[in-house]
Amino acid sequence: MSNNYFDIIRSGINSTFQDKGREHLYHIGIPFSGAMDNRNYLMANKLVGNKLDSAVIEFAYQGPHIKYSGEKINFAITGDVIFKIKKEHTEIEGNCYESYQIENGDEINIISTNKSVYGYLAFGGEFDIKFQWNSCSINTKANIGANNGKKLDTGQRINLKKINSNMDIKKINYINTKIENIRVIKGTNFDYFSEEGKKIFYEKEFIVSKLSDRMGMRLEGPKIENIVNTNIKSEGLIKGVIQVPADGNPIIMLSDHGTIGGYPKIGVVASVDYDRLVQMSPGSKVKFKEINLSDAQTLFKLYEMETQNLLSQI
Amino acid sequence: MIKNISNLGDAAVYCDFGIEVNKSINSNVIKYFNSIKEKKFKGINNLTPSYNKLIISYDLKLTNFNEVKSYVESINVTDSITSVSKKIEIPVCCHEMFSMDIKRVEEKLNLSREKILDNFLNKEYFCYMTGFIAGMPFLGDLDKNMRVQRLETPRVKVPKGSVALTEQFANIYTFESPGGWNVIGNTPIDVFDSSKEDKPNLINPGDTVIFKEITLDQYKNFNEQ
Repeated sequence: MSNNYFDIIRSGINSTFQDKGREHLYHIGIPFSGAMDNRNYLMANKLVGNKLDSAVIEFAYQGPHIKYSGEKINFAITGDVIFKIKKEHTEIEGNCYESYQIENGDEINIISTNKSVYGYLAFGGEFDIKFQWNSCSINTKANIGANNGKKLDTGQRINLKKINSNMDIKKINYINTKIENIRVIKGTNFDYFSEEGKKIFYEKEFIVSKLSDRMGMRLEGPKIENIVNTNIKSEGLIKGVIQVPADGNPIIMLSDHGTIGGYPKIGVVASVDYDRLVQMSPGSKVKFKEINLSDAQTLFKLYEMETQNLLSQI
Repeated sequence: MIKNISNLGDAAVYCDFGIEVNKSINSNVIKYFNSIKEKKFKGINNLTPSYNKLIISYDLKLTNFNEVKSYVESINVTDSITSVSKKIEIPVCCHEMFSMDIKRVEEKLNLSREKILDNFLNKEYFCYMTGFIAGMPFLGDLDKNMRVQRLETPRVKVPKGSVALTEQFANIYTFESPGGWNVIGNTPIDVFDSSKEDKPNLINPGDTVIFKEITLDQYKNFNEQ
């Protein structure tokens, strides 16, 4: 029995343990998984003094409400999130990108993400959870990872096996920038689509559908016409691939995607825009903008430098 | 052997081995897969072999498209690594409780249930690839008179263990999942076991699979033996 734990009073909509994810398993059907918004994941860990690849709780829309029991511990929340910290005699509105100390009996209530999807809750310490293939990331489809591969549930108790001794309060001023233009590289089946279809893809607006989750983001909008074949022989997928099935509505593969698919690939989201893409909530407008491979690689390097720079300021 | 190498986005190399689906092309894909997997090139973090493609994903923080492409073009692919395939028997119960789409298959193929099972069972199928969901094997080839299209409207939930057909292929649903293949039976064995981290898949690309029929009683008692 651990002396430090928290009870989940309300689990939230899709709360899971996540870390950097799993590698070298596509060929057996297991995707990377891992935190959807990598930058916010890393910042959460840095704010509480964890190793950057530590486990955090990722939540979508409404987060968990938890009650903590045990010795003093730090926590931090990243993303664009509205949350409250309830202590014995006070209740305060919390700020993202700032670590707080809580003690026995305190509660954290993550009310919602604000015009975004994912947020991250990190504790200064280590959860007592199961790792599979070097990752705790929960893949609910194959029931892999911590918590028997299932999302967190109301009434559960989560133990901590270690608390960091350094409890310095850390803070950074950071605002998540929103983007409307998602940069994409031409897909391997780009020529399956009519001239009109290609034009629609790059010029028209699409709306993020409610049927979006960690596996994929469905888009609605003008139909993209296929003039060759609406099926291809099934082949590998990677995150960011935009498939267009027979109905003409694009689907973007996200971190928990099926590893193999048989719909034509019109494009692939540039890695530089992935963290911001996943944060686009249902109803958001998306426009695609073409980018070449070399520019995409350069922009990702710059984005990565910016992430490292932010982390070094914490 | 690779007909064309291109990029799939900015973090993957797309190796095209042709458009046909056959054992010889797929064996080449698997040879490359095994060779690259063994050599552990810096930055490569995933490999996805399929019927006639190999996708190589890499960490853009550690390498880039040109480096991985040059590496793939430079490697010596050897035959010696591929001789690891095994022959696996899969018990399958085709009782009406499980064979949800047998009527549809009978109508589409204009064959009786008995004839369909006779054509399907006790034959060797080659595993081309695994994936979509963890451990799902894509097996082939079915006889020419056994080929049906996917369901017009896919099921939201196909039960775990379902054995199903589409075109020249058969597969096994390792988890409950959405899916549009024609279900004709169910296997009581676990084809994917996440507790075996070094070998979670019972069936791997290159393996041979034979379906053996069992009765409903044998199915029910299977996991108690």
